[in-house]
Amino acid sequence: MSKILVGLKRVVDYNVRVRVKPDGTGIVTEGVKMSINPFDEIALEEALRIKEKGGATEVIVASIGPADTQQQLRTGLAMGADRAILVQSDTPLEPLAAAKVFLKLIEKESPNIVLLGKQGIDDDNNQTGQMLAALWNRPQATFASKVELDGGKAKVTREVDAGLETIEIDLPAVITSDLRLNEPRYVKLPDIMKAKKKPLETIELASLGVDATPQFKVQKYEPPAARSKGIMVKDVAELAAVLKQKGLV
Amino acid sequence: MAKILIVAEHSGGKLNASTAKSVTCASKIEGAEIDVVVLAASAGEVAAQAAALQGVKRVLTVENPANAEPLAAVLAPQIAALAADYTHVFAPSTTFGKDLLPRVAALLGVGQLSDIMAVESPYRFRRPIYAGNAIITVEAPQDKKVVATVRTASFEAAPQGGNASIEAANVSVELPTHTRFVERSAATSGRPDLQTAARVVSGGRAVGSAENFKIIYSLADKLGAAVGASRAAVDAGYAPNDLQVGQTGKIIAPELYIACGISGAIQHLTGIKDARTIVAINKDPEAPIFEVADIGLVGDIFQVLPELEKQLG
Repeated sequence: MSKILVGLKRVVDYNVRVRVKPDGTGIVTEGVKMSINPFDEIALEEALRIKEKGGATEVIVASIGPADTQQQLRTGLAMGADRAILVQSDTPLEPLAAAKVFLKLIEKESPNIVLLGKQGIDDDNNQTGQMLAALWNRPQATFASKVELDGGKAKVTREVDAGLETIEIDLPAVITSDLRLNEPRYVKLPDIMKAKKKPLETIELASLGVDATPQFKVQKYEPPAARSKGIMVKDVAELAAVLKQKGLV
Repeated sequence: MAKILIVAEHSGGKLNASTAKSVTCASKIEGAEIDVVVLAASAGEVAAQAAALQGVKRVLTVENPANAEPLAAVLAPQIAALAADYTHVFAPSTTFGKDLLPRVAALLGVGQLSDIMAVESPYRFRRPIYAGNAIITVEAPQDKKVVATVRTASFEAAPQGGNASIEAANVSVELPTHTRFVERSAATSGRPDLQTAARVVSGGRAVGSAENFKIIYSLADKLGAAVGASRAAVDAGYAPNDLQVGQTGKIIAPELYIACGISGAIQHLTGIKDARTIVAINKDPEAPIFEVADIGLVGDIFQVLPELEKQLG
């Protein structure tokens, strides 16, 4: 049995224009559409493709969040995951605590690969996969744009600032997905019906014995400084003149 | 007093400018003592460049054939061991630092602050979340080490003229062999580096093809500029991934940014909002890029760009 464990984070939908609460205590999330973190969706798609090619026998999706997170896990099951685990917590966890929770799930499930998105589009931390790999004392291949399995090893191409980098890692390992790893499939209606019958296990965070106390205190939330409104020029000649006058060219 | 260790980013014997920017960030902490560590197979050249940065007290070198390539799993335990003498560990928020530092933080048993854009006190920082749609002020616990990546676009590079001492550091930790470097395909365009260039010309979906991207390269060469691209253009295969500017690509702060045929998705704007002057050229007068542009021109890039090149002649 070769398992892949995939993390799915529930986040404010990619298309929502996020606003800061007027009193600076947080982000407006009431009545806002929630979705699977896009990078995690890519991670799940990769896990499903690996399984379809015979590289794994089971894909498990797991999330940490409030009871409503079942919606995102059901979507993951509809995409093709075999079963789901929700670690229920009403307060958000910092990446280190999330990594500790996933380490508990690893101890329980012994996956061959853990696939996570490279970052949540809410906190933009880009930490959990790396932290998990450290705590697990296993390899990490972050920002993956190509994954090739070869027995007990994987060759992973990574998107780095200089271009593309390929590393070889021994399995088990943590892989985090970048945008161009794949294009996730669309969920079809019959799959949604089928997903309702797939197992979804709920575990209380407290039962795992993980210290999830936040280390950091967010003191305030502010909207970003707005750029002042610029000018419109009517043609190329005027553009060139303005650029020259400002000493920009 | 704060003692800060900065992990140097380098390749091919050259110190990356992201390191000098991290030094500036660290120097915003009053009275901080700043050391830079260079992990490499052979650290000499890079250490000399780091020692020349103003504000750096000591440069530590850790030479080991295993450090020839920046593999996080190999470097992290060495940095964690060195961190014992420090209150803060910083690295640039580039793919190098993003890959490496969370692994260091976890080994130290502490959380990490990503992308710090401002220092308010040794333990209080500001950082962007939600693709820069919100800025948070975060307080870190004083009884733990602060491990943080630095948003390089928020800081100037530390100036030359320093004269730090260079010392070989002894690190005896067992290094894993489960992660091995295979290859890197670096784009060698001969153009300025996108992350540090003073001018950037960027193309979006409207460029239409990889072949058409030559109008972007042509204007860039005329201006001595680096070339960038929107996510849409990279996804469509018009430009390589290392040119992507935005939330998940590079965050840049050039003097001049010329956005050509880029509509201005929020994820792209995140990557350019620290640019001094943004010029937008787009056929669609309703494109959101015009809301943030300092200078906007409604027009077809295939007519405007060659004409602009001529006018700048």
